[in-house]
Amino acid sequence: MTATAEAAVKPRTVVLAAAFALAAVVLALVSLSLGTTKLPLDEVLRALVGGGDSGTRLIVVELRMPRVATGLLVGIAFAVSGALLQTLSRNPLASPDIIGVNSGASAAAVGVIVLAGTGGGNISGAAEQIGLPLAAVLGGLLATLIVGLLSIQRGVVDASKVVLIGVGVAAAANSLVAWLLVIGDVTDAGRAAAWLAGSLNARTWSDAVPVGLAVALLLPVAMMFGRELEALVLGDDVASSLGVRVSRVRLALLVVATVLAAMATAGAGPIAFVALVAPQVAQRLARTDRPPLLTTAMLGALFVTLADLVARNGLQVLQVGPYELPVGVVTAAAGAPYLLHLIGRQQKGR
Amino acid sequence: MWAVRRVSRPVALILVATVVVLTFAASLALGSRWLGLGAVGHALLSPDGTDADVIVRSLRLPRTVVALVIGVCLGIAGALMQGHTRNALAEPGIFGVSAGAALAVVLGLQVGLVETVGSTVWCALIGALVATFAVQRLASRGSGATPVGLALTGAAVAAMLGALTSAIVLLDANTLDGYRFWAVGSVAGRGFDVVGQVLPFALIGLLLAAVNARDLDLLALGDDVAAGLGLSVRRARLVGLLAIGLLTAAGVAACGPIGFLGLLSGHVARRIFGARNAWLIPAAGLTGAAALILADLVGRLVGGAGEVQAGVVLGIVGAPLFVVVVRRRAVAL
Repeated sequence: MTATAEAAVKPRTVVLAAAFALAAVVLALVSLSLGTTKLPLDEVLRALVGGGDSGTRLIVVELRMPRVATGLLVGIAFAVSGALLQTLSRNPLASPDIIGVNSGASAAAVGVIVLAGTGGGNISGAAEQIGLPLAAVLGGLLATLIVGLLSIQRGVVDASKVVLIGVGVAAAANSLVAWLLVIGDVTDAGRAAAWLAGSLNARTWSDAVPVGLAVALLLPVAMMFGRELEALVLGDDVASSLGVRVSRVRLALLVVATVLAAMATAGAGPIAFVALVAPQVAQRLARTDRPPLLTTAMLGALFVTLADLVARNGLQVLQVGPYELPVGVVTAAAGAPYLLHLIGRQQKGR
Repeated sequence: MWAVRRVSRPVALILVATVVVLTFAASLALGSRWLGLGAVGHALLSPDGTDADVIVRSLRLPRTVVALVIGVCLGIAGALMQGHTRNALAEPGIFGVSAGAALAVVLGLQVGLVETVGSTVWCALIGALVATFAVQRLASRGSGATPVGLALTGAAVAAMLGALTSAIVLLDANTLDGYRFWAVGSVAGRGFDVVGQVLPFALIGLLLAAVNARDLDLLALGDDVAAGLGLSVRRARLVGLLAIGLLTAAGVAACGPIGFLGLLSGHVARRIFGARNAWLIPAAGLTGAAALILADLVGRLVGGAGEVQAGVVLGIVGAPLFVVVVRRRAVAL
């Protein structure tokens, strides 16, 4: 029986979290060493602690580090967002990409890129650094709000409707995105399209820092709700008999999940399937009855870093050419079959 | 089902056809410059090169005819899909079919296979058929296709195909400019040549749909009953699948992936004409035509200097409809 409201931390989840974190760091170091200029790992390490020659430091700390850091952080943010949504809705298919958060954030962010774009592919500093993340967060929140309100039947949010209505809202937001791409200048449209694919290309610290702040503030908040999440898994009635204020907790965690997903989308575009896959894999490996938050977070960081490594170097290794793929293509190629597998299992379970 | 049948079906069909004629006339008369029906008639019957003649004949007539033909194709494709999958949410845009067609078109563009709309049709056809088949098969594992399973499988397949499409588009910057205008779904700038190229596919698709209509009534009783009544279930499904693929491909190749048109037409037609496919399918075609012409017209009128593409108008109208269908629990046919 796991039916206690105690948020007992299993040693297995801690070991897994540490292993994923270690693997993510190692891959991040590998990622720092690869590129047009290949650097040995010891030079990378030396540059990170402030040593080595200034050229190496420039490449590692100024050019490659922001990209790698953004990848780690958006991985954490998407994964935790997915874990929260899946726990809250008790549905393994609920994730910000499926229920419209990412589409809402995308529509708003593409709106900023296209409408504030100068036509030269660049938007002015304020619009880019404040406008884009802010728009993405508001767009994501708005989409969640719409999905939530429309899913209310007889006074309660009908969990079975959330996913389907999310699909509908996402479709509407996507047609808005297609229209924005058309009315924009071709260079802005290209920038928006690259962003939409989910890319870590040419990230700077101004991309990484907002996501980092969101993670630093909201991951602890989510972890503080461990006991409530544990109770919610058992059902609303049990949870409220255990003293959990179900609707208030649900609302608070829904906001946390939405802001995390929207901030991550603002930082790196709507990278597909991380939020869906990471919690499910972490839950299975940890053998828990809900996605363990910290393990999921570390797995998300590992997943995105690995996918970006493949996206950057995959085509070169296959000798197709000097191209880089957007990271979202790799996560989609890995994540979509997994989603299909989940749907198949859920149908068999009926 | 809840058909509102105050008038007989033939009368209702004539009424719907009248709506199509009215929207067609409105589409010729209205736009950034409003023309009277006299001017439209003059342009159609005895043109002598006035401004109004040129506007009607070379700008408005071609796109309206395209909207008419493609509206019929996508409306019927939607109704067929809803019938064959027994799923009220079935429609090419939601089921990943359009995404499959889009990927195939972009692949064709990339390898230099596609230069004309004629060759786009072949790519779109193959992509649409493969995606239809794949989604149907993937969603039917286990205890059979449920509405939720189908919608989610379609979303998953669409997401994956969409990611591949965007990867190709991004690697080849030249493709992006053409692709973004195609991807939004529009009839603007499409002319009679486009209609001519997709017409053979559309006609074969319509023929197959007509053949399939009666079989679909039997299939609605359940596969076992249909087989007991002497129907070859496999063949009927295959014919239906081919019709859906051909009609969707014709539509997608000509106008890009216009979403929600099939959903809208199928539901409106079912509401008015009930579940009998011999009535439902032609009615869905007419409804689709009226809806696409109207969406194009609305997009032209609200756009001001630019215009809002028909695909966007339908997306904004169609998504709320999707939500209504989902909320009503009328999910199973």
